[in-house]
Amino acid sequence: MTSTYAYYPGCSLHATAMEYDISFKAVCKKLGIELKEINDWICCGASSAHSYSKILSTALPAHSLIAAEETGLKEVVVPCAACFTRLKTAAHDVENNPEIAAQMAEIFDREVPKSVKILHPLEIFTNGNDITGTQVKDMSGLKVACYYGCLLTRPPKVMQFDECEYPMSMDNLLRSVGIETLDWSFKTDCCGGSFSLTETEVVRKLVHDIFEEAKAVGANAIAVACPLCHANLDTRQTEIEKEYSAKYGIPIFYFTQLIGLALGIPAGELAIEKHFVSAEGMI
Amino acid sequence: METELTIPAQSEFADEIYNECGETVNLCYQCRKCSAGCPVSYAMDYPPAQLMHAIRLGLDDLVFNSKTMWMCASCETCSTRCPQEIDIAAVMDAVKIIGLRKGKRPAVPRVAIFDKVMVNHIKNFGRMFELGMIMNLKLKTREFMKDAELGITMLRKGKLKMIPSFKGARTAKRIYSRVKKLEKRGRREAV
Repeated sequence: MTSTYAYYPGCSLHATAMEYDISFKAVCKKLGIELKEINDWICCGASSAHSYSKILSTALPAHSLIAAEETGLKEVVVPCAACFTRLKTAAHDVENNPEIAAQMAEIFDREVPKSVKILHPLEIFTNGNDITGTQVKDMSGLKVACYYGCLLTRPPKVMQFDECEYPMSMDNLLRSVGIETLDWSFKTDCCGGSFSLTETEVVRKLVHDIFEEAKAVGANAIAVACPLCHANLDTRQTEIEKEYSAKYGIPIFYFTQLIGLALGIPAGELAIEKHFVSAEGMI
Repeated sequence: METELTIPAQSEFADEIYNECGETVNLCYQCRKCSAGCPVSYAMDYPPAQLMHAIRLGLDDLVFNSKTMWMCASCETCSTRCPQEIDIAAVMDAVKIIGLRKGKRPAVPRVAIFDKVMVNHIKNFGRMFELGMIMNLKLKTREFMKDAELGITMLRKGKLKMIPSFKGARTAKRIYSRVKKLEKRGRREAV
């Protein structure tokens, strides 16, 4: 299959979440999916702009929607769940609120395009692109809890993505390449997001609850689709173990890394060594 | 003697919230689903449902002095589950925005500082330069040693960029100045 998408990496994928960028691109290359990075993208304003100014929080992603349209492609793929929700919210507000649409038109001296479709990597791998049976590596032994976090599915009115309380898209995708995923009840519970840098004790408490549940169902790995979730679960795992006198040692993968492994891409090309919690001996 | 008594349908404060975010808190019938599902309600002084009620009653001071909206993680669980389809997370944002505009002191200053640092950072850089943003945050919160070890491991693993890219900085500045102009005009018209 060959398909081409405009690509909005967002700030994290160029820095702290580079594993996500690297592994996503590697899987796309393997599957013949072409990505064309939007040249003129800017930060979506996630975490903060919406607490500051409604107009600004729409204008920042709206700029990138315009830039996406200028690539000439009809679909833009956004891996970071926070960027994904900001871009989708902007598109939704422009479409449904004439006042906001007028404000944006004034800021950009043009209309914000309504034709650009905003997709998440989970959708481009599953939508029409069946990868069942493409795996070459035996992935047995892995018991993965798929952790979707907040922003992929919420708010459902805007996101229109999967089932908001109990999504299955990541599970189905990983299962289709021979990876065992588990049923558990914390799929869409919050990890604290950007409180990581401010209210860290809240993050530690929320992530501790997530780990306890993952451990209780027998998970030995967690798959995520959001840089904020990854940072909170991976980089803070040791301090959580210390604070709660627990032992988890659960490596946190971007789901793209797991698919890449199953498709036979070497671990070195998926940036797995960048994780804080080592996955050595497991893959 | 007849006295004319008019009871407004909703508090002025509820009106203000409506004007800011388009949400009608008067629809709330206190089922408390938002409070039950909120992952951070344990760290709030008033759970979300109580804050909604305080807005309905027009208790501005109580609301502005509360930690609740500053402890909101914007996970949107409340907005997803509200049977009256009130976007409670948007109401939280609106309370923060109105409070800052009125010069109210945030009850959780660290979170307010973070938002301000982030918003200014995007204006100056266009794309986030994480290391620079974190340094700036530390200067403002005076918590220099917080997460130092974590930062060093990040650097060692090559996960933090050392040099900022200013790509998009001009675009961001232009957007900010136009947004500001639009907001100023909006406020003049509202008066």
